Amino acid sequence: MITIIDYGAGNLRSVVNAIARLGYQTKITSNADDVLAAKVLILPGVGAAGDTMANLNRLQLTGPINQYISDGKPFLGICVGLQVLFTGTEEGGWHDCLDIIPGKVRRLPDGQKIPHMGWNQVKQVTPHPIFEGIPDETNFYFVHSYYVDPDDKALVAGETEYGITFCSVITHGNLVATQFHPERSGEAGLRIYNNFLKLAMAGKEVI
Amino acid sequence: MLTKRIIPCLDVKGGRVVKGVRYRDLQDAGDPVELAAFYNEQGADEIVFYDITASSDERGIMQEVVERTADQVFIPLTVGGGLRTVEDMRRMLESGADKVSINTAAVQNPHLITEGAERFGSQCIILGMDAKRVPDVSPPRWGVFTHTGTGGGRPTNLDAVEWAVQAVTLGAGEIVVNSIDADGTQSGYDIELLHAISTVVTVPVVASGGAGAPEDLYQALVEGKADAVLAASIFHYGTYSIQEVKKYLAAKGIPIRI
Repeated sequence: MITIIDYGAGNLRSVVNAIARLGYQTKITSNADDVLAAKVLILPGVGAAGDTMANLNRLQLTGPINQYISDGKPFLGICVGLQVLFTGTEEGGWHDCLDIIPGKVRRLPDGQKIPHMGWNQVKQVTPHPIFEGIPDETNFYFVHSYYVDPDDKALVAGETEYGITFCSVITHGNLVATQFHPERSGEAGLRIYNNFLKLAMAGKEVI
Repeated sequence: MLTKRIIPCLDVKGGRVVKGVRYRDLQDAGDPVELAAFYNEQGADEIVFYDITASSDERGIMQEVVERTADQVFIPLTVGGGLRTVEDMRRMLESGADKVSINTAAVQNPHLITEGAERFGSQCIILGMDAKRVPDVSPPRWGVFTHTGTGGGRPTNLDAVEWAVQAVTLGAGEIVVNSIDADGTQSGYDIELLHAISTVVTVPVVASGGAGAPEDLYQALVEGKADAVLAASIFHYGTYSIQEVKKYLAAKGIPIRI
């Protein structure tokens, strides 16, 4: 079962629709047991990482998500769903996050319009099956003011330029996470979901 | 490099797309869901639905239009028009909109911008602004108008540039700048207005009102320093396709998603 975590964020419907378009069924949940029982887990997100953490804490989901990921089961994080995997975020003062991936979430540098909003290219720095059928430098849709800065640069699979070069795709074992919104990135975005779900449903290691 | 966005805007009334010249003479231009899907296939970077229905009983129709669109269109969708409360915003976002655009309600209650931004994040709260040139002043100034969706429009005491700056401080994540003087005329955007706002705010600015030819979009992006351009008539009546416009802009060196 493809399980999508509902913690009160807005864009759940577009994620569900994108996956439905690919012919898969989804289960939406905010229940800890459902998270632990998931075969495939998706953490979508918009807004601030600190708020998302507060919601995940309130729903007592941080432990189950940690457990699920450390069991090596397939996980997809989107936008804030990527950011909360890190040690903490600087957004709105320091907020501790899940600390699954060591590193910080930092504010994009001034001198550009913030939020970084619109279609920008993802440079594929590591060959990975998540990019299958997607040309290098394909445009994806971004909406964010903060970016992730992992301590271990080997986890960076995709990079994007906006004032600085930042990490826009992370891969780590069965974990994939993107700063952009694949559910809002047209055909290329649907392909990201399809690639991820194909690998996840086959029970294969994503990496 | 971040690309410049080309955004078709669909004015929706009672579940149908309409577009009038200077908000009058409404003509039927089609089904919003079909048009959104069509523009998506053509390469539109976002879609904007502007609900020009005033009555609340027709708000449900808009919500259903948004739901049906979100089922099949996988690019960002903004909904504006008639949203008065955080609850109105929530309904549209849950129906599948990615952003909501507020105008009259924000002027009447600026705190609504902050409430929306705190609840849903700045990135989904768009200030839609209708501005009209103050006649015979130099340097130029523009006044903010409300209630433009339902015909005529009402003047306010707000200065367009100052209002834009204030809205960003309050939490708006993007500003759509619509020129009332240019809207529907197809004689070009108000470049001075765009430049005046784009150069003082830190969030993206979307040009609106007046697009008649690809050169107009080019000027809004280059001289007006807009981050995105919104257009209606030229796309709805097939004067230019989105692809034609995008190829024109790309050939002139604008970063564009083709």
